[in-house]
Amino acid sequence: MADVVDGAKIIVTTGTGGVGKTTTSAAIALHGARSGRRTIVITIDPARRLADAMGISATANEPSRVDGPWAGELYALMLDTKGTFDTLVTRYATDETQCRRILENGFYKNIAGALSGTQEYMAMEKLHALAESEEYDLIVVDTPPTRHALAFLDAPRLLTRLLENRIYRLLMAPRGLVRAVNNAAHLFIRQITRIVGAEVVDDAIAFFRAFEGMEQGFTERAKTMIELLRSDDTAFVLVAAPRADTVLETKYFVGQLAASHINVRACVVNRMAPVFGAVRAKATKGLPHRQAVERLRDAAVAEEAHVTDLIDGLGDIAIERVPMLASDLHDLEGIAAIEALLFGAPTGRSGPPAK
Amino acid sequence: MDPAQFFSASRVVIVAGKGGVGKTVVAGALARAASRYGIATTILEIEGRCSVASSFGAPSFGYDEIELVRADKGAGQATIRGRTITPDLALVEYLEDHGLRRVARRMAATGVLEVVATATPGIKDLLVLGKVKQLEQTRRSDLLVLDAPAAGHALSFLDAARVLHDTAKVGPIHHQSVEVLAMLRDPARTQVMLVTLAEETPVNELIETAYRLEDQLRVSLGPVIVNSVLPALAGIDRDPAELLAAALPDAQLSSLRAAGQWWSTRYARQREELERLAEALPLPQIELPQLFSPTIGVEESIQLSDALIRGVTQLDG
Repeated sequence: MADVVDGAKIIVTTGTGGVGKTTTSAAIALHGARSGRRTIVITIDPARRLADAMGISATANEPSRVDGPWAGELYALMLDTKGTFDTLVTRYATDETQCRRILENGFYKNIAGALSGTQEYMAMEKLHALAESEEYDLIVVDTPPTRHALAFLDAPRLLTRLLENRIYRLLMAPRGLVRAVNNAAHLFIRQITRIVGAEVVDDAIAFFRAFEGMEQGFTERAKTMIELLRSDDTAFVLVAAPRADTVLETKYFVGQLAASHINVRACVVNRMAPVFGAVRAKATKGLPHRQAVERLRDAAVAEEAHVTDLIDGLGDIAIERVPMLASDLHDLEGIAAIEALLFGAPTGRSGPPAK
Repeated sequence: MDPAQFFSASRVVIVAGKGGVGKTVVAGALARAASRYGIATTILEIEGRCSVASSFGAPSFGYDEIELVRADKGAGQATIRGRTITPDLALVEYLEDHGLRRVARRMAATGVLEVVATATPGIKDLLVLGKVKQLEQTRRSDLLVLDAPAAGHALSFLDAARVLHDTAKVGPIHHQSVEVLAMLRDPARTQVMLVTLAEETPVNELIETAYRLEDQLRVSLGPVIVNSVLPALAGIDRDPAELLAAALPDAQLSSLRAAGQWWSTRYARQREELERLAEALPLPQIELPQLFSPTIGVEESIQLSDALIRGVTQLDG
C-alpha cells in the first residue's frame, strides 16, 4: 500500500456508498503528510466530526491546513459544487456580461446545483485545477458514492455532451430560423414546451446562447482530465466491504474502470470481522467471550470467501484488509488508527512538525 | 402493537437510509413480515440493480413484475412480488397513457429526456413517484414497499414533487406533482421508514433526514429500523479469568480478553448511539440483529423478518 501511495501524485478512492471511502482517503492523505509530502485531500461530504477534526467547512471551498506532528503538510478541502462551477464560469467567460448572464440563468442554477453528475464533474475540475497549480505533491480525491464508477469519468463530458445534442443546436438557433429550417423540430420543441413549460425552455435557450464560445475550452479540459486520470501518476484505490452485495457492485465497478483503461492499483476492504486467537479449552465452554471469538471468526471466514472472489479479478495489486474497530472514531486519532492499519505503525518516519 | 394492524397502516412504505446500512435487506424483511399477515406486497426497486432478489433466492428482475413468494391461503401467507421502476420507461408509459405516443418515441430516440431532465431537475424522480402512485391506485397489492435511493438522494428524490409543485404552476408536471404530494402526505397512504446502523455517521444523517422529511415534505415517519445491532452477551464485560474455574493457557486467555473487550466496547458504543438517536428524534426504534453473515439469503431474510415482527409487537399500540 505504501508503495502505491508513495509512487503516485494523485490518488482517487472509489467504491460504493457506506464502505468507509472518506476515512480511507483521510488516512491515505495522513500517510502522505507523514512521508514529508505536501498533501491535500478533497472530500465530498465528510462526517461532521471528521470535518470538524480537519477544520473544513462546506462554504469555504478553499484548502484548510491541518496541523499535526508530521514532516510534510496536510490540507483538506470540502468540495462546494456550485462554488466550483461558478468559479469556472467566471474564469472562462469571455467578458463580464457573458459571465453574469450565465450565473443568473435559471437553467444554469439547475445544472450547478442539482444535476446528477455535477458533483463528480466538479470534483474532477477541482482535481484538475489543483494538479495544474503544482502546489501539492500528493492529491487525494474522495469520489462521491455512486452506483456507477464511471459517473466521475463521464463527468467532464457531461456539459459537452449536452452541448453537442442536436436538440440544443436547434434550440439555440433563432426562433425564426428554426421554423424555416425544420418545421418538425419546431413542433417537437413546442410539444416539449407544453410538457415542461415555456419558462424552462426559454431558460435553456438563453443558457446555451450565453454559453457560446466557451464550449471549446470545456471540451479541451475534459480531454486533459481523462488523460490525467489514466496517467501513471494517478493511482485508483478501490474501497469495499466484505458483503456479498457490495462485492458484486464493486466487481461491476472494476469492470467499468478496466473498460476505460483505468487500472486499480490497490484495494482496501474495510469493516472485516476481527479475528482473535482460537480458544479450545473445555473450561471456556459457555463463556460469552468464547462465543464472541467464535461468532466473529465464523463471520470472518464467510467474509473471506467474498474478499477472495473480489480480489481474484484484480490481478497483482496491493490488498489491505481493515478490521472493524470496536469504536469508530471520526477524528484525527481515529484516522491515525486506520492509517497505522493500512501502512504499519508510523515509527521513525514521523519528523518534526512542519513550520 | 398488533403486526397485522401495523403492516396495513399505509399502502406505501418508503424504506430510506444512507448507503451501506442495509435498506434493501430491510425492504425485503418488511415485505416478508407483512405477507405473513395476509398482506399482498410488491417490492419496488428504483436503481435497477435489484439486490433484494437474493433475500428471496430469486433471480434479478426488471420492469416486469415477478412473483417472489407464492400465496398460501391456508397458512395465511400472501404473495410477494417484485419489479423495478425506471424513469425512462415510466416517462414513455406516462406519455403513451396521455395520447403522446409519438412524442414519447421521439424523446426516447433523441436522448431528449436527458435534456428535459437537465432543464427540470427532479422530473425523473417525479416520474418514478408518479408510477408508484399509479400502482398504488390500481390496488393490485395491499402494500407497496419502495426501496428508495440512498439517503442524501432520498431527500431530493422525495422532495422532487414539492419542488416541482412550486416551480411548475400549470401543465402535466404540476398536475402530477399535486397528486404525488397528496399521496406522500396522507399517512393512510404513505409512510417513510428510515434505516440506520447504530453508528455515529448514519445516525447523524438519519436525524437530519428525518427532520427535513417532516418539516419540508410533511410525510409521516414510521419507526426507525436499526440494522446490524450487536446482540447482548451477558457477562461479556467481565474479565474471563474471573468466570473460569480452571487456569487457561495465556494465549487463550488474552484472546478471550481481547474479544470480550472488542464486543463490549462496540456494544456500549452502539447503545450510546441509539440513546443519542432516541433523544434527538422522538420515534420508536426497532432493532434488527447483526447476523454475522456477508450474504443475506432466504434464511437470513426470514430471521430479520421475525425480528421485525417481534419489534413491532413491542411497540406501543
